[in-house]
Amino acid sequence: MDRYFDQSIKGVSTGTTILAVKFNGGVIIGSDSRASMGGSYVSSKTINKLIQVHDRIFCCIAGSLADAQAVTKMAKFQLSFHSIQMESPPLVKAAASVMKELCYSNKDELQAGFITAGWDRKKGPQVYTVSLGGMLLSQPFTIGGSGSTYIYGYVDSKYKPDMSREECLQFATNAIALAMGRDNVSGGVVHLVVITEDGAEHVVIPGDKLPKFHDE
Amino acid sequence: MLEEFTGPDWLSEEVKTGTTIIAVEFDGGVVLGSDSRVSAGASVVNRVMNKLSLLHDKIYCALSGSAADAQTIAEIVNYQLDVHSVELGEDPLVRSAATLVKNISYKYKEELSAHLIVAGWDRRGGGQVFVTLNGLLSKQPFAVGGSGSSYIYGFVDAEFRKSMSRRESQEFVVNALTLAMSRDGSSGGVAYLVTIDETGTEEKCILGNELPKFFDQ
Repeated sequence: MDRYFDQSIKGVSTGTTILAVKFNGGVIIGSDSRASMGGSYVSSKTINKLIQVHDRIFCCIAGSLADAQAVTKMAKFQLSFHSIQMESPPLVKAAASVMKELCYSNKDELQAGFITAGWDRKKGPQVYTVSLGGMLLSQPFTIGGSGSTYIYGYVDSKYKPDMSREECLQFATNAIALAMGRDNVSGGVVHLVVITEDGAEHVVIPGDKLPKFHDE
Repeated sequence: MLEEFTGPDWLSEEVKTGTTIIAVEFDGGVVLGSDSRVSAGASVVNRVMNKLSLLHDKIYCALSGSAADAQTIAEIVNYQLDVHSVELGEDPLVRSAATLVKNISYKYKEELSAHLIVAGWDRRGGGQVFVTLNGLLSKQPFAVGGSGSSYIYGFVDAEFRKSMSRRESQEFVVNALTLAMSRDGSSGGVAYLVTIDETGTEEKCILGNELPKFFDQ
């Protein structure tokens, strides 16, 4: 039985690079901006894969775009309902749990993984990852998508706990730029969102402002 | 259910050096590095194999892919280089060694599944690194290969600089190997290092507990 069918038949997928990193006082969540169909056609050069599910909680998506959009839409609705009932902003863990429930209950049909990151009053900055089958894990930083294989070594060697905002921005930009350089289904511009107690700030780094490495 | 008992998996699975190999050119020589794991399916059949094979006094190659194919290519090229250097009356060029490897890889590309990185030192070109994947021949400042190499592309892209010193290159290779071995299930064990320059060849083995430590979640 063919559960894992050919990507080119399945439709548009974000072969992608996504990451989220905790720093001193907040989180940075980032991604590239390419959406591809079948690995050889770029269907969008400037797609934003960072979805805001609440004021200070963002998600980024890897895998089938359709699945990801459906899940995040449901999660956004459930979260806003939940925060009205609780009369306070939702916890980041709550947002991640909502994604996890959706992924786990529909694991046979869905083909998407998520990274949820944000800031809440209870635990401050947090990063959660929900894998393809619905596992939920809290980590200081996490990477995902097809481009992430190429930067495991880089993030393992460069990550330090309690970085400053500037150091973390540089770390995230470098990591995504390196992945885009090696993965042919990641590319475009770098989208970053910096989430702190004060709110969420969206930073876009266009192609010509990306860091250059030794062979460029 | 009538199932034929075929014995444990590792008897029937092909033995591969799912691996991490790397070679770097520095000012005056080259450094080659590899891990030491040989796997057959999910079993590790050798945890201390040295994948850096001698082709000539100052030319080594790093093996990856199918263990049998890679070793055979290395042996054949070792023989061919011996004959060549006797005919020449002097040490062969690194490019000659790489070309011999490339010829075999290209001619038998359908049957073989091995990728060798050839690196060494010769009088004409100094330290050189050649890639011979699938029958291509390409000279590069550094090269990585094997299953573990995917995880360190970002790291080597960011950290490599031309004209590093001998010590810096060795550190670079050890760091890259350590990071790859910690993420790739088919790479592990100890790290083997070979440094080749004008004065000679130095072989080193770095045990697991002596490898550098990185951030561990």
